Amino acid sequence: MTSVMEIYQLLPKTNCKQCGKSTCMAFAVDLLARKLKVDDCLPMVNNTKYSSDYDKLNKLITPVSGVTETGLIVHEDKCIGCGNCVVACPVNVAADPFGAGSGKAPTSDKVIFKVEDGIVKAKNVQECRRFGENKTICVACIDTCPTKAIEFV
Amino acid sequence: MVFSVFRFGDYLSEYFVCTGCALLCDDIEVDVQENRINTVNAACRKGVARMKGCTDPLVCTVDGKEEGIDKAVQKAASILRDAKNPLIFGHGNSSSEAQKLSIDLAKMTGAYIDDTSSFCQGPLVEAILQEKLKTCTLDDVRHRADVIIFWGADPSNSHPRHLSRYSYYPRGKERQRGWEEDRTLISIDIRRSDTALLCKDERFYRIPISGDAEFMEALVSSLSGKVPKTSFDYEKKRILELSNVLRKAKFGVICAGLGLVYSLEQLDPLFKLMDKLNELSDFHLIPMVGQYNMRGFNHNLFEETGYINRLKFDPQNDEPLHGPEYSIVETLYNKKVDAALIIGSDPLSSLPYSIAQNLKDIPLITIDPCQTLTASRSTVTIPCALGGVEADGTAVRMDGAEVTLKKIIKTDRLTDHEILKMIMEAI
Repeated sequence: MTSVMEIYQLLPKTNCKQCGKSTCMAFAVDLLARKLKVDDCLPMVNNTKYSSDYDKLNKLITPVSGVTETGLIVHEDKCIGCGNCVVACPVNVAADPFGAGSGKAPTSDKVIFKVEDGIVKAKNVQECRRFGENKTICVACIDTCPTKAIEFV
Repeated sequence: MVFSVFRFGDYLSEYFVCTGCALLCDDIEVDVQENRINTVNAACRKGVARMKGCTDPLVCTVDGKEEGIDKAVQKAASILRDAKNPLIFGHGNSSSEAQKLSIDLAKMTGAYIDDTSSFCQGPLVEAILQEKLKTCTLDDVRHRADVIIFWGADPSNSHPRHLSRYSYYPRGKERQRGWEEDRTLISIDIRRSDTALLCKDERFYRIPISGDAEFMEALVSSLSGKVPKTSFDYEKKRILELSNVLRKAKFGVICAGLGLVYSLEQLDPLFKLMDKLNELSDFHLIPMVGQYNMRGFNHNLFEETGYINRLKFDPQNDEPLHGPEYSIVETLYNKKVDAALIIGSDPLSSLPYSIAQNLKDIPLITIDPCQTLTASRSTVTIPCALGGVEADGTAVRMDGAEVTLKKIIKTDRLTDHEILKMIMEAI
């Protein structure tokens, strides 16, 4: 998974503020969170001496495209549909204690995770504990995945 | 219990049973369009692959040429009638109804009868049926288990929903606070499997190949208050830590995989460990059965004869012959078989070459929904309906609970027990 430092190392590190952020590190954090794009860094686009770093940065960022609003990614090629995340997710348990919370197929439409055709699908991501004003760093779905098919960016 | 309609708020769904493995998950939602299964919800990848049917369905053939079912049945009957020592093998993916008919057919033809349990979980299922090992159901595990040990098993690959459906993650009556607070997951294995990754380092015990018996003895010593010793110098502190966890368990379960079965020459070390654990706590054992109805065959044959596998029926004598020499491996190795009926299994893929090659010289009859390697070498192939998808029936889950299977889509193909009935009538 891409880290902030990896992104920062490829930036101009001049803190020019043209992107609207006060430092290149702040830009790197927002780039990782997908709030900004690589093209928002004007020196990288305009100055040819950064062109190789610009290409590297684009390669780093594109593999994690298609993320949900909360930064949740399900790697469908890795998922085996075991449903550990469905049963472990605290939001699923609260929304559906006798279905998903008890190990059975979800019986509520309010759940975040649901296994469809052997692969877990994320829905209602706005309910995720990592989202919103009172967000927490919940890792229930990541820790319980045997194939590391779920990650947050 | 099995495929009833559940109503939860406005949520209405009809549930089916998945026959992908012996977990027989009974909460599967299916979307059917034009008599084809479109999507399968709640099942794992293994289950979805099974329920969506074969990519290469079996064709009814005699001597490699496509024929009608009647001719194939007549040919199969004549092969079995002419054979002096036929073998009936498979049954792992057959309904209990077909298995019972298979036993009758073996009696009628004086055949050897065996299933995959003879080189798989047979010893454990036999010990459970003979009440030498304490067992429980998977529902007990969900509601009560606080210490769950996977020994020589990797359910994340073999039974993907084991942890989420029954053993570790779900809330149960006495385990309401979830896995982090209420349950301890332990993996004992020779390698860091995907399941071992979920146990983290502190609850994963890596032992050397064939070190299971010695590790069990060390655990028994540790539970008896002695210093645990192993020839492979396993860290004593870790064994003592593990025995403390086991001692304090309120309801423990050992899920025994093939790694455990293959490593033990005799089951005595396991019996000793279970006895010791039950002196101090309450421990149960569940075999991690693979094919969806392998345990069903063991139950049916046990009910009929008192043995679970490896039998030879003698038409002149009511008492069947039983012993390791009547297993598929020994009978094929010693070339004692002159024809074979394979039902719901693929021995050419699962047996080692030195043994499987002896199948190539004898006439084979295969009854299966899909094209298999064995079917490609068979004199007669008869396609049957896919159990639990195209055919009703009953099956026995890995913990011994009987589960009813309900047909999802219609098919022209006959069920496995209807085909066996026709063969018996033809004989």
